Amino acid sequence: MSQALEQHFDDTIAHDQRIEPRDWMPDAYRATMIRQIAQHAHSEIIGMQPEGNWLTRAPSLRRKAILLAKVQDEAGHGLYLYSATETLGADRTDLTNRLIEGRQKYSSIFNYPTLTFADVGVIGWLVDGAAICNQVPLCRSSYGPYARAMIRICKEESFHQRQGYELLLTMMRGTPAQRDMVQDATDRWWWPSLMMFGPPDTDSPNTAQSMAWRIKRHTNDELRQRFVDMTVPQAQALGVTLPDPQLRWNAERGHHDFGQPDWAEFKRVIGGEGPCNTQRIAQRRRAHDEGAWVREAAVAYATKQAARDLDNGAAT
Amino acid sequence: MTEHGDERSREERSRRERSELASERSERPVASAPPAGAHESTGAAIKQNWPLFEVFVRSKRGLNHVHVGSLHAADADMALHHARDLYTRRNEGVSIWVVRSDAITASSPDEKDPFFAPSGDKVYRHPTFYEIPDGVPHI
Repeated sequence: MSQALEQHFDDTIAHDQRIEPRDWMPDAYRATMIRQIAQHAHSEIIGMQPEGNWLTRAPSLRRKAILLAKVQDEAGHGLYLYSATETLGADRTDLTNRLIEGRQKYSSIFNYPTLTFADVGVIGWLVDGAAICNQVPLCRSSYGPYARAMIRICKEESFHQRQGYELLLTMMRGTPAQRDMVQDATDRWWWPSLMMFGPPDTDSPNTAQSMAWRIKRHTNDELRQRFVDMTVPQAQALGVTLPDPQLRWNAERGHHDFGQPDWAEFKRVIGGEGPCNTQRIAQRRRAHDEGAWVREAAVAYATKQAARDLDNGAAT
Repeated sequence: MTEHGDERSREERSRRERSELASERSERPVASAPPAGAHESTGAAIKQNWPLFEVFVRSKRGLNHVHVGSLHAADADMALHHARDLYTRRNEGVSIWVVRSDAITASSPDEKDPFFAPSGDKVYRHPTFYEIPDGVPHI
């Protein structure tokens, strides 16, 4: 019996069809999907904080409205993804607890601080640009609800990247001090952005299985290369220098050569020793704890209303 | 959903299970998840987690409502407001349905072949089953 089920699962994957929630799937596939989607959801939720930091200090009402919409989108993306994990039997409250207890991870990128308003632009350009590179292939991920959530998310990410780039263009047309801010933010976010694609293929033990299950469609290094190739002309148009002395066009390969991020730093930040890890989790925990009374009050109200409806029904 | 009647026999209906759409929810709890009905503080209704609702959006007039995902809310009114904020931030909808996930009944994937077998061998229900000479117009 279980062999037949496994065969059916393998055939579905081999025919490039989607696995849907109540299909039989190997335990390891289910666990991998829950882990990956939950980490992705956590990243979106924690990802509200670095930019949220600038909401009250945006330089104009226009920029504030844009930033507010963007941060709201990140919340939405987190919720689409939590919804996808629940189709696999995960429990939302449990996932939130895992995040605030440090038992489940989120993208290392959000453990870096946003020091100036130029960081808001660079996050849109580089961080969301890298996210798009990562996420577009996930729209064809083998797990149906995840792929559908990614389609929705990718549509919205495009706005995120363009608003960031436009913000930077505006600053580059400003004063020398503003141009310096953009260069400084680029210098600080470039390497962490390259780390978003994960460790090098030689050090990524799960990639082969995820590719076989068509959860992933490209390796970390393939996506990193694609991102660098896309970004170089954007940096030129903007007038900033990417902080990598090894970065140059390789006509033979038809791609840019580039240096490696500091993988020791990557491991430290993932391991909890980034500049903002403690602050990010503390903030998420505080929001959860301080929102408890709202969740409870809403349940109390719903319970009371339901009881009244019952009474009225009985009376008539 | 509500737009078409259910002509299936009672026997067939009884075989259907709860609920795929029901957030397309898996029957299998994750090992670490609390058992169904377990809440932060058992006995205190006030601590209950918000139930799960499925969301269906009509993207424009003339089209069906389509399932777009799920969300948690304390009651149906709140679910509607959350659905508006979550699934229609960019004019994606002109109408929204929400329904408690545990109120949906769905066919079982384990039986999908026998369940749909009655329509599998009825090729004569398709227009291409019938051969019409080339010279006959408008058919």
